[in-house]
Amino acid sequence: MNDNLLEIKNLSIEYVTEDGRFKAVNDLNLKIRVGETLGFVGETGAGKTTTALGIMRLVPNPPGRIVQGEIIFEGENLLEKNIKEMTSTRGNKISMIFQDPMTSLNPIMTVGKQIEEVIKLHQDIPKNEITIRAEKMLETVGIRKERFNDFPHQFSGGMKQRVVIAMALACNPKLIIADEPTTALDVTIQAQVLELMKELKEKFNTSILLITHDLGVVAEICDYVAIMYAGSAIEYANIERLFNNPLHPYTVGLFNSIPSLDEDVDKLTVISGTPPDPSHLPMGCRFHPRCPHVMEKCKENFPQAIEVEEGHFVSCFLYNKETVKEE
Amino acid sequence: MEKQKAIKTSSSSVERKRLGFRKLKEIFHRLKKSTLAMIGLAIIVLLVLTAIFADYIAPYDYSTNDLKNQYAMPSKEHILGTDEFGRDIFSRIVYGSRISLQVGFISVGIALTLGVIIGASSGFYGGKVDMILMRFIDILQSLPDILMAIAIMAALGPGLSNLMIAVGLASIPGYAKIIRSSVLSIKDNEFVEAARANGSSDFRIIVKHIIPNCLAPIIVQATLGVAYAIINAAGLSFIGLGLEPPTPEWGAMLSSGRGYIRDYPHMTMFPGLAIVIVIFALNVLGDGLRDALDPKLKQ
Repeated sequence: MNDNLLEIKNLSIEYVTEDGRFKAVNDLNLKIRVGETLGFVGETGAGKTTTALGIMRLVPNPPGRIVQGEIIFEGENLLEKNIKEMTSTRGNKISMIFQDPMTSLNPIMTVGKQIEEVIKLHQDIPKNEITIRAEKMLETVGIRKERFNDFPHQFSGGMKQRVVIAMALACNPKLIIADEPTTALDVTIQAQVLELMKELKEKFNTSILLITHDLGVVAEICDYVAIMYAGSAIEYANIERLFNNPLHPYTVGLFNSIPSLDEDVDKLTVISGTPPDPSHLPMGCRFHPRCPHVMEKCKENFPQAIEVEEGHFVSCFLYNKETVKEE
Repeated sequence: MEKQKAIKTSSSSVERKRLGFRKLKEIFHRLKKSTLAMIGLAIIVLLVLTAIFADYIAPYDYSTNDLKNQYAMPSKEHILGTDEFGRDIFSRIVYGSRISLQVGFISVGIALTLGVIIGASSGFYGGKVDMILMRFIDILQSLPDILMAIAIMAALGPGLSNLMIAVGLASIPGYAKIIRSSVLSIKDNEFVEAARANGSSDFRIIVKHIIPNCLAPIIVQATLGVAYAIINAAGLSFIGLGLEPPTPEWGAMLSSGRGYIRDYPHMTMFPGLAIVIVIFALNVLGDGLRDALDPKLKQ
């Protein structure tokens, strides 16, 4: 158990607005081990980004609110830390890569200065050493240090994302939360950035929480995968098990909806229906209105996660043998 | 060029300065495209030089009476004529530039400092802070600026520093509102969230990331604000609440020449002209700066 870097227990986050209560994250359980990459997959609105912001304690409040749960990072509950402790954790031990590199850099500050800024915030070292470290960081992500004094608009999208990664890695954090780091990039650049992240992860032994809706990206870089649906992880397994043997009907649906290169089809397979409205989540299993194998009890009870095979958890009554026996 | 830059670039502090210089040069280059703005800039530079070298430029002392030469029309000895005490109007205008510049820049400085603090905290924190600060600003704004300044001046009494305080305080609302609205548009950018995710404190985010990004409208407003402050100060002096004689304030000169306007129009015309020219120059410069600083026109 001690090799868990981050453990999320029963986390619930909701947004309270005039239009109602939006339950973005519901009873989420998750863990990331040291040096491991966890893919966090789900549709838009499944609560992936909210979870990430929750870990950083950056959920905008109001309207957002962490209702319950624990986020244990290196043995300490982040939710109990005060603001000062949190600011010294952010960027230092946990850092974040945002979706759109075009907007996540300050347009009027040179990239070098932005990297220096992160180091300066967390490390008490002389100015010239900060500069040297920042230059080294820039070179680590494959940008010549001659470009240290250039502004973000002088870089391409892929290069900007490299700069963002350099910023995230500048203080050698234990955990990087990457919120769809490749979504805004084109495919070739995507591959490069993923390759870079993989390399750096091995070099610095950093854990990564990779948020994405692209199973291809997951296959490329992750060790473990958690599938999110309506704010909770419905399936969690290591990557081979999940890809070879997806169990939850939603996961199966996701894999079926990936178009195949070999087959010629007229119409792509989809999961029917739409993701549930987080202000009116269905009773019972949240997937039941869309599930092809829906049973009576799915409509009333929420299935607890069970370990089907070693390290493969799924929340579905189809695999919940005990409950089946009871009937 | 690119290669040269690459070779030269290292990260010493000299390089940093050069970088700032490069940015300034770029802005200046864009400003140069507007002839009108350049004329404005030239006039302002001239005004600053006049104020600095007033002792050398002015042919006479600004306060020495010469009762033999009262109401003299412009001539070789007094190129802009003399006033009711025989004081050289040209010299008084030259010395007056010092007052106008001081009032203009320092009162804008006061207004800007307080305006940035109020506007930035109100825009950044929103909610109750915003509510309280903005209602306060609304109260200030509901009074006409000049009336506010008159009230403050009446309370503080005449004098140069009081004049600057009055003019400065009266123009806070404009700055606070402009800064608040730019902060609102900047603070939702992802880079602000990224800065927070990197562990920056609120103060640091405001000072290092948000305010520098709102600089363009602030600079423009401040340039125009200097003109406004000069007018306000002249107005206050005109109604006798500004500086006491014999200080050569342009507005005060207008005011004292008012009684003689039918017989000796030069006494009011020249100080008035000085005000008009400087205000014009600041306005066109402000306009030019707005265009030069607009990032959308950068390419």
